[in-house]
Amino acid sequence: MNIKELYQEIILEHGKNPRNLRKTDNFNKDAKGYNPLCGDNVHIYLKLNEKKKVEDASFEGSGCAISMASASIMTDLVKGKEENEVKEIINDFLGMIKINPELKSKNLKDDERTKLMCLSGVKQYPMRVKCATLSWHTLISAIDNTQEEINTERLD
Amino acid sequence: MNLSNIKKEFPIFKNKNLVYLDSANSSQKPQSVIARINDFYSNEFSNVGRSVHALSIAATNNYENTRISVQKYINAKSKDEIVFTKGATEAINLVANTFGQKYLKEGDEILLTELEHHSNYVPWHYLRSLKGVKIKFAEVNEDGEVSIESIEKKITSNTKIIAVTHLSNVTGAILPIKEITELAHSKGIPILIDGCQGAPHLKLDMQDLDCDFYTISCHKMYGPTGLGILYAKKKWLEELPPYQGGGGMIKEVKKDSISFGDLPNKYEAGTMATAQVVAFDQSIKFLEKIGMNSVIQHEKELIDYGQEMLRKNNSVKLVGNPKKKGAVLSFTIEGIHPHDIATILDEDGVAIRAGHHCCQILHETLGITATARASLGIYNTKEDIDRLNSSINKCKKIFNLK
Repeated sequence: MNIKELYQEIILEHGKNPRNLRKTDNFNKDAKGYNPLCGDNVHIYLKLNEKKKVEDASFEGSGCAISMASASIMTDLVKGKEENEVKEIINDFLGMIKINPELKSKNLKDDERTKLMCLSGVKQYPMRVKCATLSWHTLISAIDNTQEEINTERLD
Repeated sequence: MNLSNIKKEFPIFKNKNLVYLDSANSSQKPQSVIARINDFYSNEFSNVGRSVHALSIAATNNYENTRISVQKYINAKSKDEIVFTKGATEAINLVANTFGQKYLKEGDEILLTELEHHSNYVPWHYLRSLKGVKIKFAEVNEDGEVSIESIEKKITSNTKIIAVTHLSNVTGAILPIKEITELAHSKGIPILIDGCQGAPHLKLDMQDLDCDFYTISCHKMYGPTGLGILYAKKKWLEELPPYQGGGGMIKEVKKDSISFGDLPNKYEAGTMATAQVVAFDQSIKFLEKIGMNSVIQHEKELIDYGQEMLRKNNSVKLVGNPKKKGAVLSFTIEGIHPHDIATILDEDGVAIRAGHHCCQILHETLGITATARASLGIYNTKEDIDRLNSSINKCKKIFNLK
């Protein structure tokens, strides 16, 4: 496997200039995530309207290029989507990173699917999968408002 | 032994592409150690210290022979001062638990340093809730060292034990442990030295050093995993209560009373890591054959070479600049997270570690979340450092840095 497949231009670009790296004003859902092995941390903020549509998504935190790019791409693409659509996309993404060859969700546009597939390179690097999934697990926690800090060492 | 051919002693380096720079994490094993484990299991295996058959007697003799080798290697006064544990972590837990149980009470203080590995902090932490003790940290300076003055500053009349690292696994700082021991003893305070990084790289002399406890991790010392050593002055092993209960550590067991075995059996409950202990004798022989002076000189040349090379490399920043430095090169690259560095280096066969290296307190103090760490062993060469540097340059290229 070529290292360039892991560090594709789009990952490097999002890693260097992460979108939505801020704190949403008047957010109504949030959660923190932490990877104790490498010290990566993320805090996800969501603002859902009364119809449970994501008006804004943002994050704060620090980490490697993979984890920053993943959080950046994720917060970008959940904006404007409804909560149940977001949940379906999260499951689809985590399924793809773990086992599935492709993304199946009908809630993703073609360009969104292409962007997410750029993260599929981590499948070849088991130790780096958690870098790509930390923000996604944290997003689930934010939506469900579990108040529990996500710790990658307690996940499958 | 000729150091230029030393890689030949380690079967793993049959892989010519491998540049192993993760020895502070765990070192590779020479053929003699691997062969001894295989041989012991194949031809000599028995549990030790229990049965009277010939296999058991031979195994017991081999097991005790390693204890004597360790005693001589670290110049302890008696072989009874050498306790085998499942690792250095267990050795520190043993001291924290038994010393805490017997001697500590509410308001007492334990003095550590900001350099400590989690294994020389977390075991002491339990005593906070159990005994109400306080833990203090001697401060690290900007060069990544802990000076004798910064330790002295934190000693109070409540300080009951001091526990410090010999050699930092992040900054490479070698602490003035002899002076710290003298200082501690001048105030009547016992001292534990975490020798995980010290033992593989420095000469040890317990009688000269005079510390109360010294802990060793055998797998970082070209030995097997699952084995550690606690050196403790005899008076402590006699005075402290046993740590774990079980077979092998008792004298007499009745329904209403139990008496404990003689030293060092008192601290070796249950079936021990027999094959590992027997094989560790070969690790000591290996180091003795090279000679610690040669080890120290070889690693000093490499560390000087590595420091100079990385200093010249734009955007690489070395973490820590201690005056006395052991075989560790921790660094960061502005604009590339250490985990990305480690993954890209790995693609070239250069194995390093990235993260906080079980030293979160130190990283927080230094204001960095993680570092990349290249750590050296006796088998490393200047070519390994050259390859580290060229892989770093490849990282910079991928991330479009100059």
